[in-house]
Formats: sequence, C-alpha cells, structure tokens
Amino acid sequence: MTPGSTQVSAGSLGLLTCHTCGLLSRPAPAGTDETVCPRCGDALHRRKPHSIGRTWALLIAAYILFIPANVLPVMETGSLFGSQRDTIMSGVVYLWETGSWPLAALVFFASIVVPLVKLIALSYLAVSVQRRSPKRQLERAKLYRLLEFIGRWSMLDIYVITLLSALVQLQSLATITAQPGAVAFGAVVVLTMLATMAFDPRLIWDSAPRPEALDSPKPPVSSQAAGGKPVVPSFTMNNDHA
Amino acid sequence: MPSTLSPSTAKLIACPECDLLQREIPLPPGGAAICPRCEAVLYRNTPGSLDRTLALLLASVILFVLANAFPIVGIESRGNRNATTLFGAVLTLWDEDMPIVAGLVFFTTIFAPAFELFALTAILAAIRWGLRSRPLPRVFRLVLAARPWSMVEVFMLGVLVAVVKLSHLAHITPGIALWSYGALIAIFAAAMSTFNAHELWERLTFDR
Ligand SMILES: [Zn+2]
Ligand SMILES: [Zn+2]
Repeated sequence: MTPGSTQVSAGSLGLLTCHTCGLLSRPAPAGTDETVCPRCGDALHRRKPHSIGRTWALLIAAYILFIPANVLPVMETGSLFGSQRDTIMSGVVYLWETGSWPLAALVFFASIVVPLVKLIALSYLAVSVQRRSPKRQLERAKLYRLLEFIGRWSMLDIYVITLLSALVQLQSLATITAQPGAVAFGAVVVLTMLATMAFDPRLIWDSAPRPEALDSPKPPVSSQAAGGKPVVPSFTMNNDHA
Repeated sequence: MPSTLSPSTAKLIACPECDLLQREIPLPPGGAAICPRCEAVLYRNTPGSLDRTLALLLASVILFVLANAFPIVGIESRGNRNATTLFGAVLTLWDEDMPIVAGLVFFTTIFAPAFELFALTAILAAIRWGLRSRPLPRVFRLVLAARPWSMVEVFMLGVLVAVVKLSHLAHITPGIALWSYGALIAIFAAAMSTFNAHELWERLTFDR
C-alpha cells in the first residue's frame, strides 16, 4: 500500500455499526452467538445479510409485475352510458385532455417515471456492486439516496383510485370501482421499496477506494461544506501498522 | 453479547451510509455534521429541540384524530350526495373485493402514521419527564422501521388529484378532515425538522 493514511471503514476493522441506531460495537467473542445491538436490540451485521440476492429477488418480482400494473385496468367507471376501464396511462391522458396539465405531468411522473427509474437505477447499483466497480462511488451513493426519497411517491395513484371509488357511488349516475391492475401496481410500489431497503449502500464503498484518496490523502482537518456546515474530520489510520 | 467500545474510543462513529469511521466533533447550534466521503448527514445539533418537538407532536396527534374522524371530501351531483372518511374509503375497497389494496391503504395512511405519531410522542414524553422504561429503545426502533411506510403527504396529494378529476363531474365540498390533513402535514414536518434521532439514541442509552 501507499505510505500515509487512507480512509477506513468500521467494517474493515471488525467493528459493527447498528443499522438502526448507529451504535458502534465490537462483535461478541467467538463461541457466543448473540448478535444483537446492546442499545436498541436490533440484529447486528457487518453489512445487511444477503443484500444483493434479496435486492435482485425483489427487483425481478417488481419487473414482472410492472407489466400487468401498466397493461391491466386499474379502475372502472360505470354510468348510464355504459362502462369505461382505465389503465394508469389512460388516467394520465384523461387529466391531460381535460386541461389539468400540471397534474397530468405529476401523475405521469409519480406513476410511470418513478417506478421505471427505480427499477433501472437499482439494477445498475446492484450490478456495479457485484462487479466491485470503484467508479463514481459518490454519484452512486447520491443516486441511492434519491431512490430512497422518491419511492413512496409512486403510491399516489393507489390513493386516487381509493378516493374515487369511495366517493363515486352515486347509483343513478355513476360508480367507480378498483380493478385488478391496482393490485399489481401497488405490489410494484411495495416491492421496489423493499428492494431499496434490502440494498446496502455501504457495499458501494467496499470496493477499492477512490483513486484520488490514494494519490492525495485528505488531511484530517475540518473544512466548510456547502451551506457553511462543518464537516467532520475523517478518521484516518496509518496503514503501516496494519 | 456484543460490547460497546471503551470510553476513549466511544466518540468514534461510523457513517450509516458508507461505514467510514470518524471522530464525532462538537457542533455549533443549528449545525450538521456531514460525512466527508459520501456526504450523508451524520447528526445535527438542535438545541432545546425536545420541548419544541414534543409540543408539535402533541398538536399533530390531535390533528391526526380529527383527520380520521371526519369526512375528507363530499360530492354532490343532481341531488345525489356522498362523502367519505379515510377508513370509509378503505372499507369500500374491501367490499369491492380488493382486500390487498385496502390493506395497503390502511397500513400506509392509518396504521403506520398512527403508530409513528403516538409512539414517538410517548417516547419523547417519557424522556421529557424522566420516566425510565426498558422497552423504549425497542419501540423507537419500530418507529424508525415504520417511517418509510407512513405516507400521509402522498395521500394528501392523491386527494388533490382525485378532487381535480371529479370537479368535472360533480360539485365538491372539502371536509373537516381535508383541512386537518393539511395542518397535520405542515406541523408534523415542523416537528421532524427539529427532531434529533442521534440525540434521542444517546439519551436512551444513558437512561438505562
Ligand atoms: Zn442499535
Ligand atoms: Zn459516509
């Protein structure tokens, strides 16, 4: 290794970080099999167990259900003039044609763009971790954070269908009922959220350190981040002793 | 049993998102510590946040009860009227043979938010008035697990979309619950802006 200091992960020193409360602890001595956090009682792991395998299993299920979620009708409007079945996309088209362009764009984004982006981006993250890619780690960490944030907003259409079917029960005029596509759509949202939770972002950093970290070790002094917020000095460790 | 670190190294923390080991540093009021490697927010300094957060949470609890007790919106068209509460809407889905969707809506808009709100209020109240209770860290752990599934603000946006869709067909009257939800989202967001999970964990540790 290059002389000097480099950034060290807690896991590489055998320390365990609690996924829930963040407490750092030493693993129990060999022979004992108690592996719960002394503070919050959550199970302790160096990384989330079988993270990539579980992420892929949930992702593949979500990919499969993504098709019926978009092809099957999610709701049916029945009136004196017959009945009409709507898919997610035809609901967006309805909003567009009735002049609610901002809402049409919003629903299109939340119901179609977000689930698709989640599926593709999380697949990319899983593949890049499996290939132990050392490239663009910061960008991938930020991408993961974005996925965690936007995932829940896909539930929007489920709530729209819920309210419409509860309100439009006017026997003489019209009734709206939920249809099987809504089940598939809800399942896609839940499965992609679970897949995001199963993925362990720390795996992104477990591959080789960023080249610049080796070339020019960052001095362990505090500096100012954007917005004038202090940055914690990174804990550095001399490799010569390792 | 895994052991905590000795006092000399107790101020070491690992970034929850990239596992970088680093020393905890004191922060000025309102400051936030950011991981130098992955730029995740590690912890914040929110002086006097406990009382403020607790007060806002108590207000949120009241608004949540109102939001669930009253109708969200009513519609009227040629003499036909209808209105629904959130739970009423869940029951309608159930009756339409959509138990999975009904369960999903119930869990994300009623159960998870209620648990998050009531449990968090209880934990902060217990700390505020010095009650020591062994299950508190475990309850807080469940609150953190429930948080991603609590989707009141997404639901609110769904109400808006539904209202716009219906406005072409019928006359819409907003219900008490609609205003309650609006206020709940604003006040709960204010409570969360000063909520400090890092500090709460520390208090829960030393209380034992
Ligand atoms: Zn813990
Ligand atoms: Zn980090």
